[in-house]
Amino acid sequence: MDTSVNEETRDVRRRNWRDIDLRAVAPFAALILLLILGALVNPNFIGLNNLANVATRSAFIAIIAIGATFVISSGDLDLSVGAMVAFVASLMILFMNSGVIADPALMLTAAVLFAVVAGSLCGLANGLITTVGRIEPFIATLGTMGIYRGLTTWLSQGGAITLKDPALQEIYRPAYFGSILGVPVPIVVILAVTCIAAFILYRTRYGRHVVAVGSNADVARYSGIPVNRVRTIAFVIQGLCVAIAVLLYVPRLGSTSATTGILWELQAITAVVVGGTALKGGAGRVWGTICGAFILELVGNIMLLSNFISEYLIGAIQGTIIIVAMLVQRSLVRKS
Amino acid sequence: MRKGLLGAAAVAMMALTGVAHAEDKKVTIGVSIPAADHGWTSGVVFHAERVAKLLMSQHPGLNVIVKTSPDPASQANAVQDLETQGIDALVILPSDPDPLVNAIKEVKSKGTFVAIVDRAPSVNDNTVRDLYVAGNNPALGQTAGEYIKATTPDAEVVIIRGLPIPIDQQRQDGFDKGIEGSNVKVLDRQFGNWNRDDAFKVMQDYLTKYPKIDVVWCQDDDMAVGVLQAIDQAKRTDIQYVVAGAGSKDMIKKVMDGDKMIPVDVLYPPAMVGTALEMTVANFYGQVPVRGVYTIDATLVTKGNAKDFYFPDSPF
Repeated sequence: MDTSVNEETRDVRRRNWRDIDLRAVAPFAALILLLILGALVNPNFIGLNNLANVATRSAFIAIIAIGATFVISSGDLDLSVGAMVAFVASLMILFMNSGVIADPALMLTAAVLFAVVAGSLCGLANGLITTVGRIEPFIATLGTMGIYRGLTTWLSQGGAITLKDPALQEIYRPAYFGSILGVPVPIVVILAVTCIAAFILYRTRYGRHVVAVGSNADVARYSGIPVNRVRTIAFVIQGLCVAIAVLLYVPRLGSTSATTGILWELQAITAVVVGGTALKGGAGRVWGTICGAFILELVGNIMLLSNFISEYLIGAIQGTIIIVAMLVQRSLVRKS
Repeated sequence: MRKGLLGAAAVAMMALTGVAHAEDKKVTIGVSIPAADHGWTSGVVFHAERVAKLLMSQHPGLNVIVKTSPDPASQANAVQDLETQGIDALVILPSDPDPLVNAIKEVKSKGTFVAIVDRAPSVNDNTVRDLYVAGNNPALGQTAGEYIKATTPDAEVVIIRGLPIPIDQQRQDGFDKGIEGSNVKVLDRQFGNWNRDDAFKVMQDYLTKYPKIDVVWCQDDDMAVGVLQAIDQAKRTDIQYVVAGAGSKDMIKKVMDGDKMIPVDVLYPPAMVGTALEMTVANFYGQVPVRGVYTIDATLVTKGNAKDFYFPDSPF
């Protein structure tokens, strides 16, 4: 008697657990684990200032990774995003240095629009090469990665491109260093971008098409989904996200160089995967992605704040922590 | 086609050398350098072209051909191309010296004068080159260390390193030697990968980790950009100054303007390729002995001498 009642309640509890998608919760569990680890390593870690710093500087990878969530969910891959950041940021600074508009506020508005258009066009190029050109996205974006990086090096002649006008710098600076109601602007931007992305991915027809194309492109095609258009738009969204990241990046140092954004594409992809999106496509988790980006940035932060880890070992330990975080996720998912 | 024409021109030049007057003696010098892929190499390209132009205007008979290559393999090809054009001297800053040794030896065996700049192969004697112009990595660290020891003898210093490669280690060892026997205390050393964004992050974390920092030694002008921005954002006033290195125009300008955060810079000048070029030309026109090793000091750039090292037109 007793045991059967117990089993029944356990069944009910299991069903409740099943209602929450554990895959979606897992990255946050890993995040909490890391926060506890960090607090043990250095008491300064858990300070609001430090966490705000880490969240703020995770903004670039987080926003790029949100775009990557769309591309990866639709079954593609974009390796060009790091180079694209450098290219779009360089173009934007050169545009502002050209001084075609005298009024700084107007100039800044124009530059922001310019960057958004430039980013979208870069994304569109990736999309068209992949879909119309029918080239594997890995190769297509490896090619454009070289193109964007090379053009940046050429524009800067190998050196740095620096924003010259101090008036422009002054009014643009708050876009990274400012805060709204005590929350740093980049964090507000992450939240806004994620909300919009979540709405598009989970609540619109386009979002469902992305996931359908990623699960099985052939089935999607027979169901009447315009597969190539869906994939191309995902690349454009990626380009747009890169542009938004650039809008936050430029006011930070006011300068770009040939080494800007190097290896960011791998960080973005890692953030997406740590966040619970499958690399083979067919499922997208936007909130998991920003959690993943935050985890990546936290790991580096904890390493640096610790007193007992040799600076030579940081890479090895970062790798270990990422794998452990993924294992924690896996085990949670299995239990469900 | 162009190569063929140049080759023919070079042959004609050599034929003329014998009869020409000493003043417009015909000399062709090939310069092979890495392509500009970051700040320092872009400075190398700038100074190679600047000094080449200067020397050619001084010596009407002189022809300097500057070639840039992105990697060791294409640099080996570039050296071969220069050789077929008929050069009297080769000035080379190898992107990676050891893979290029054979290409350089090949040129040397034809009796061409060879000057190697900055990066030496493991066997670096007169079988490989006639002249070696070197920067001084240990001294770059030592000069910074000695300056910190003299200015702030009790300073607590955080260090941002470059990448885990030998020249970075040499700089660290030099720094330790520089501060030896003083109360200067090193709080931490972490890698910033000679990259502005990474240096920004490392500095932000240092500021969280240590409530009081007196001096930052980041040994590189690019990384100093990120360091200054992080200090500025944290609104910390305990940091007295930052010591960088290399000699980029932005940092030299700050020194010139008397910026409190950047009182000095330590030189590791990309212009050293120009030194090698000048000395090579002196070998031909001045007939002065230049064969040997010439090591450039890691000069301390102060407000007083900064204008000597300021190149506003350089990309670096």
